Amino acid sequence: MSTATNTEKRPPLPGHHMVLGEMEKLRLDSGVEFGPFTLAYQTYGELNAEKSNAILVCHALTGDQYVADDVHPITGKEGWWSEIVGPGKIIDTDKYFVICSNVIGGCLGSTGPKEINPATGKPWGLDFPVITIADMVRAQTMLIDALGIDMLFAVIGGSMGGMQVLEWCKSYPERVYAAAPIATSFRHSAQNIAFHEVGRQAVMADPDWCGGNYLLEGKKPSRGLAVARMTAHITYLSQPALHRKFGRKLQNRGAITYSFDQDFQVESYLRHQGKSFVDRFDANSYLYITRAMDYFDLSLEYDGRLAEAFQGCKTRFCVVSFSSDWCFTTAESRIVAHALNAASCNVSCVEIESDKGHDAFLLDEPDFHMVLSGFIDGAAEGRGLK
Amino acid sequence: MNEITSNSSTNAAHSDRIRVDLQLIADMIEPGTRVLDIGCGDGELLGYLTRTKKVDGRGLELSNEGVRNCVAQGLPVMQGDADRDLRDYPDGAFDYAILSQTLQATQRPKEVLSELLRIGTKAIVSFPNFGHWRARFDLMFRGRMPQNPNLPIMWYETPNIHFCTVLDFVALCKEMDLTIERSMVLNESGSKLSLGSQTRFSNFLGNQALFMLSK
Repeated sequence: MSTATNTEKRPPLPGHHMVLGEMEKLRLDSGVEFGPFTLAYQTYGELNAEKSNAILVCHALTGDQYVADDVHPITGKEGWWSEIVGPGKIIDTDKYFVICSNVIGGCLGSTGPKEINPATGKPWGLDFPVITIADMVRAQTMLIDALGIDMLFAVIGGSMGGMQVLEWCKSYPERVYAAAPIATSFRHSAQNIAFHEVGRQAVMADPDWCGGNYLLEGKKPSRGLAVARMTAHITYLSQPALHRKFGRKLQNRGAITYSFDQDFQVESYLRHQGKSFVDRFDANSYLYITRAMDYFDLSLEYDGRLAEAFQGCKTRFCVVSFSSDWCFTTAESRIVAHALNAASCNVSCVEIESDKGHDAFLLDEPDFHMVLSGFIDGAAEGRGLK
Repeated sequence: MNEITSNSSTNAAHSDRIRVDLQLIADMIEPGTRVLDIGCGDGELLGYLTRTKKVDGRGLELSNEGVRNCVAQGLPVMQGDADRDLRDYPDGAFDYAILSQTLQATQRPKEVLSELLRIGTKAIVSFPNFGHWRARFDLMFRGRMPQNPNLPIMWYETPNIHFCTVLDFVALCKEMDLTIERSMVLNESGSKLSLGSQTRFSNFLGNQALFMLSK
């Protein structure tokens, strides 16, 4: 795809928007030929003359392209990985050209179920094709092509972002010099699929969901989506972290009320999480993206022999897990690392001691930061990046 | 694991200084080869080999802290242990599989040895020699388990579960039909002893033993 065919249209949200799949459509795993479509993305830093310093950061389920912005256009907070990405930080935007795209099916400017279906002039809703992690990555490759980058210096991401990292290395190993799949797995576990199903059922059970047509009806399934977020949020935390933060402390009261009011602080916290989530996320997007994660299984086409997915892959890997993460466990990371070993790949694998659960990859974890920074610096040396 | 007093004069020619027994291992390794260092600790040997011999090096290390330190230096290291995780490596993936000061701490030394020579063309193995005169002295005259700078940890706390002597190791290699390509022992100050084929003297005087094996 040449850059000339891609037009930047007026963005509804700050940042770049690239229209892709005009000449050649995006072939989805479901068999649908899709396009043209838009990817919304942010970049930080400058691409060097050799185009060898690009790092693609892949976001998690409810993340977005605003990885390192000072002010997120909707939440008003800092970008979701400002801890890691920025000038002088671990992913140093003075040195690297960082790209973060909102995944296809997302709801912050990329084509997704809330955007207008050109065929009908109405929002896609459930007519939006089902997408997979591989589809997200295929869409990203079109963006990377359009930016004129042959080989990414690194692809880095946690959780669903880590799934995309692994997919990149399986499908486009020659385009990834270094990869850091963090707090992730090569396939979504039955337990995780189960939690996602609870979330989706909560959304669909909300009468305001209107069979997926809530935008046409002028409604929003806020209660269902909030419940979905509350459930998911619990899986991102660890027991000790929840206990440390809230214990059984009561919310603005001296005694329990013998009612279903939010007596406990933890209840109030979850309701707040649910509420702030519905302000920034689209319910149908949530259905599509959780489904993409559920379908993810990198070993499927190899009859469960994961190592075959990485045969001949020259990418350097750094697989990171967190000890208290029960959503994506260290055992799952080890399976990935062992498969990489069996394929004679260059792999580091480390479990970070943390009691913060799955969310640890987003938080201030000095050991994690030390490891990631060492890995990136070592890879930069190997790539000859000064 | 076991601490060995460094003999700095041995390394004076190098800009890098590493522990003397590690230096002797490093000296056996051809530049540009593929090396797996099992029980690589903080990556002292692996880092040295990568920097000075441009090897394609990998490490396997049990301790969280060790792995973290290695990866933070940019060294590719996996968390795992020799007893369980060597089977994940393909046949002939490395030119050298190094097991330094770790054999005596494994559950199944014999299986580990055969894994080393499945994964690597050559295996380099070092271990504390229980046949050293001081160990014999401790057992014979004190009636106590040996404790010295080389084996500093009390019997009830030591990770070492399968001690052997140089003669035991040579016998095992024979039983397993392994070729001993090179062997040497180090005395208490860390200097190499060249006793040639005088294995019984090596066994008596050597504090540390170092073998290069092939099939």
